[in-house]
Amino acid sequence: MTVAYALLGFLEEETRHGYDLKQAYDALFGAGRPVQFGQIYATLGRLERDGRIRLAAQEPGQGPERKRYEITAEGIDELHRWLSEPEAPEPHLQRTLFAKTVLALTTGRDAGAYLDAQRGAHLERMRELTALKTGADLATALLADFALFHLEADLRWIEQTRGRLDSLRQEVTR
Amino acid sequence: MNDGIIDAKGLVKDFGTTKALRGVTLTIRGGEMVAIAGPSGAGKSTLLYCLSGILQPDWGTVTFAGRRLETLGEADRAALRRREFGFVFQFGQLVSELRAVDNVALPLVIDGVRRVEATHRALDWLERLGAADVARETPDELSGGEVQRVAIARALVTGPRVVFADEPTGALDSIAGDEVMTVLTEHARAQGITLVVVTHEPRVAAYMHREIVVRDGTVASREAVR
Repeated sequence: MTVAYALLGFLEEETRHGYDLKQAYDALFGAGRPVQFGQIYATLGRLERDGRIRLAAQEPGQGPERKRYEITAEGIDELHRWLSEPEAPEPHLQRTLFAKTVLALTTGRDAGAYLDAQRGAHLERMRELTALKTGADLATALLADFALFHLEADLRWIEQTRGRLDSLRQEVTR
Repeated sequence: MNDGIIDAKGLVKDFGTTKALRGVTLTIRGGEMVAIAGPSGAGKSTLLYCLSGILQPDWGTVTFAGRRLETLGEADRAALRRREFGFVFQFGQLVSELRAVDNVALPLVIDGVRRVEATHRALDWLERLGAADVARETPDELSGGEVQRVAIARALVTGPRVVFADEPTGALDSIAGDEVMTVLTEHARAQGITLVVVTHEPRVAAYMHREIVVRDGTVASREAVR
């Protein structure tokens, strides 16, 4: 899912072809896990089918003609909706939280507002879990603790990132 | 219309060239449990001390139940703190020479309650907080969690309307921290006490009704009153 939104974010900046998009993705999000060309082209195909992007031009290359894509109004709406909504708090969200923060910065949106909303969603889930374990049997309490420790780690990362947004913006938009 | 038990408006506090608070405005309602969160050095503790009358802000006002704290003299503010507020600090701050029960009875004795009566009430609170078995021990004989239970008993024994806690679990492991937060919030809820807790730990903030985040001496975000 994150790859599709990342491509929409890159295409909101300017029209690009598949090779450019892979380069942009790997530069921001590919640390240790570069995205495969096949995934880029499959994702572009789905986004085009769903009306989120469209073909802007076909350019001659050394091999087959290269397709240059542009984002549609529906694509911008979809990206904005995704960036505005906090994720449902659950363990192992780090790649998505990072992608949302960076894409909010690279597309000129308010990453701080997103992180604040995500913080609120996480804390609300932590309140539910804290209430759940109060007076519960030990097994239930320990399961709630497992989720609480993971959510707390996310929240610490959110706080750390919130405090360094200006530096991150300079780094990812230069 | 404002039904806050504590209203702060435009609080500014400097320490030399360090601007600890840069204009904080907030309202806390009676019976609410509020976390003041944020990174180290953000101004959380300074805000707590201004709200509770321990520190005077350089600018701005704090109103408690309709009384403007800055209009009170030091003696009146001290009496207000003793009778209306309870305090729990990170390391308990118990008097090391006194037994646990005498630490809990101390604010009552200072306020003129007879020693026998004060001790009786102190023992009652230690019992309620699950610390009766350490009543006759001195603080250096207690674990960190026991110290905080005694500190909570001392904060509650006067029947305060507000308890202020500054990193109450900061010196504890997570199990003892959970136990301390459970007894603190259970008794605050049962007594209808307003609870204001400074913390940098999200797991502690999750015990509260809502969170006010302080960064660089200002309120960076706040959740809606619920």
